[in-house]
Amino acid sequence: MNKQVEKTKFDMRKATGHQLFMPIICLIVVLLINVLETPDFFKISMNNGVLYGYLVDVVNRASELVIVAIGMTLVTAASGGQDISVGATMAVAGAVCCQILSGGQVTTNEFMNPMWIAIIVAIVCAAFCGAFNGFLVARLNIQPMVATLILFTAGRGIAQLVTKGQITYVRVETYKVMGGYIGSCPIPTPIFFAIAAVIIVYLVLKKTALGLYIESVGINGSASRLVGLNSSMIKFLTYVICGILAGVAGIVASSRIYSADANNIGLNLEMDAILAVALGGNLLSGGKFSLMGSVIGAYTIQALTTTLYAMNVSADQLPVYKAIVVIFIVVLQSPVFKKYVKGLKIKRQTAKSQAVEGGN
Amino acid sequence: MKRKLLTALVAACMVMGMVGCSTNGGGGKEASSNSTGSITVGFSQVGAESDWRTANSSSMKETFSEANGYELIFDDAQQKQENQIAAIRNFIQQEVDYIVLAPVTETGWDTVLQEAKDAAIPVIIVDRMVNVSDDSLFTAWVGSNFELEGKKAAAWLDEYLKAAGRDSEDIGIVDIQGTIGASAQIGRTAGLEAAVDSHSNWTLLAAETGEFTQAKGQEVMESMLKQYGDDIDIVYCENDNEAFGAVDAIEAAGKTVGPDGDILVMSFDSTNAGLTDVLNGKIICNTECNPLHGPRVEEIIKKLEAGETPDKLQYVDEEIFAGVDSVKSITVDGTESSVTYVTEDVIAKRAY
Repeated sequence: MNKQVEKTKFDMRKATGHQLFMPIICLIVVLLINVLETPDFFKISMNNGVLYGYLVDVVNRASELVIVAIGMTLVTAASGGQDISVGATMAVAGAVCCQILSGGQVTTNEFMNPMWIAIIVAIVCAAFCGAFNGFLVARLNIQPMVATLILFTAGRGIAQLVTKGQITYVRVETYKVMGGYIGSCPIPTPIFFAIAAVIIVYLVLKKTALGLYIESVGINGSASRLVGLNSSMIKFLTYVICGILAGVAGIVASSRIYSADANNIGLNLEMDAILAVALGGNLLSGGKFSLMGSVIGAYTIQALTTTLYAMNVSADQLPVYKAIVVIFIVVLQSPVFKKYVKGLKIKRQTAKSQAVEGGN
Repeated sequence: MKRKLLTALVAACMVMGMVGCSTNGGGGKEASSNSTGSITVGFSQVGAESDWRTANSSSMKETFSEANGYELIFDDAQQKQENQIAAIRNFIQQEVDYIVLAPVTETGWDTVLQEAKDAAIPVIIVDRMVNVSDDSLFTAWVGSNFELEGKKAAAWLDEYLKAAGRDSEDIGIVDIQGTIGASAQIGRTAGLEAAVDSHSNWTLLAAETGEFTQAKGQEVMESMLKQYGDDIDIVYCENDNEAFGAVDAIEAAGKTVGPDGDILVMSFDSTNAGLTDVLNGKIICNTECNPLHGPRVEEIIKKLEAGETPDKLQYVDEEIFAGVDSVKSITVDGTESSVTYVTEDVIAKRAY
């Protein structure tokens, strides 16, 4: 009996010590708020041939954020800084894609060019944006925040230039598929994009040594170089990957609204992506990272947004509630707080053992 | 290290230069000297962020053309107040006859407008209002009456429901608001709220911001549908983009829009794309936000030239467009205005 208790205790400690423990708890807490406030939050039904419910919305709407957050995690891990240009890169990719499809017109009802060409060119453009950032950070050793600030400010301008300052509409059903539904499949397509992005990046990191290299470069770039790793090449690569992922997210976002809205696609998404990385328990100063942590972080952020909608919080107060929850989560995960909790535990234990001894 | 820094700077400059070119296109034309007889007008525009803004700029350019006896100095401020202040100072130095300003923000204009006043150049404000300590710093203001737009839309809804025999039913309304704090949002929301207060059978179920974008409009509508479902009769979107998103969300949820459908979608701005959706039966009623300020500004300038004093605040005329012809005209605050039934011809005439 005693032994068994000890064993479960041990497992508990192992579980709470796991890096993903806190992020998952935070996600659960956010979702649990809904049980009290909106009981049918977890109800999923079939409506009009597709899955319908708040949870579906959360998973669907978080897709772009998940995709971008993966890229942000890699960049953060390798260079110890963030790429704040991802939102702008999304806008560029969306603008290029729509502009090619519409053949330069403001609105079109049929493809002027094949869709695969448009998508490939858009992703190449996004990769180029990533490469530009990567060059500045890895080769010229500029602070990531400063280097990516260039495209952060310029990216939307470039997107505006591509779309000639207009919102380009592509009113073709085939284009809406990426942000809508494939045929009669009841699951929204963006979810597949998010899952595919997570799996592909995960496999690349685990099947090759890239994941390990990224961590080692992030922990100590000079030491990694001395053992024979091409540090700057690896940093550069993470920025290119981040750019490509932002491009994919941009295409999904533009497909949702079947248009290229250069001003609004991916607006403020870079900040949410950084937050997702932080909520996932990753250090923003680089080094060891957890891809799944960031993914959970991204879903937490969207769950929070959808929760606030469901609770009918009025629009002008929305940011305040969001901020309160974020402060709470971030404090829970901060090293100082964790240390404090650990300290409390040890104190209690020593007090207990002392009491036991005293009793003897 | 120095060379690296230099390379980075050069790269940054190149990118910035590219952007500069893109947004500056068509703008920043230097004025030649104040030539014979023609009236020189300096116009500081916010930027080119939307179709509405582009239409606003082209209205000004068309009205103040050389053929009409004007010389227009057009300045695109790229959404920055400091650019606008610099532009006004340039206008003063160039000794233009009139300054037209479409301010990016409401505050911070006192100093530069005082400079214009000291130089005895009349300033006409268009679109957004300026918040200055002394009203005499500007001569006149031309723009939209957003609250009236909201009241007009609500009055149309009232008449429509009466015509459809639904005026005693309980009507559930959701409001997809614009960016909170924008004057268009404040006015249009106020117009709706006033109408809801005066109708005992109208209920405002929820009001959330769609930030004037299609993506947010869609997201907010999805959430509202889950919350209120069949209780929603009217969706009041505060611009066209939000309405597009809302219609997509409603249709994705298996409901129908339009006069014979489950939900009626109302919208504002009346852009070309918005009116196309009215014609397609997706948006039932679309209240105009008129960007054609040029003619009104010219009227004011002509009055000033003739030595008269124009009215301080001038509202542009705004129409109301509907996808059904059951309502011919509406009356707001004692003024009757006609409702335009949308046809192909109406859309063909829309430039923006």
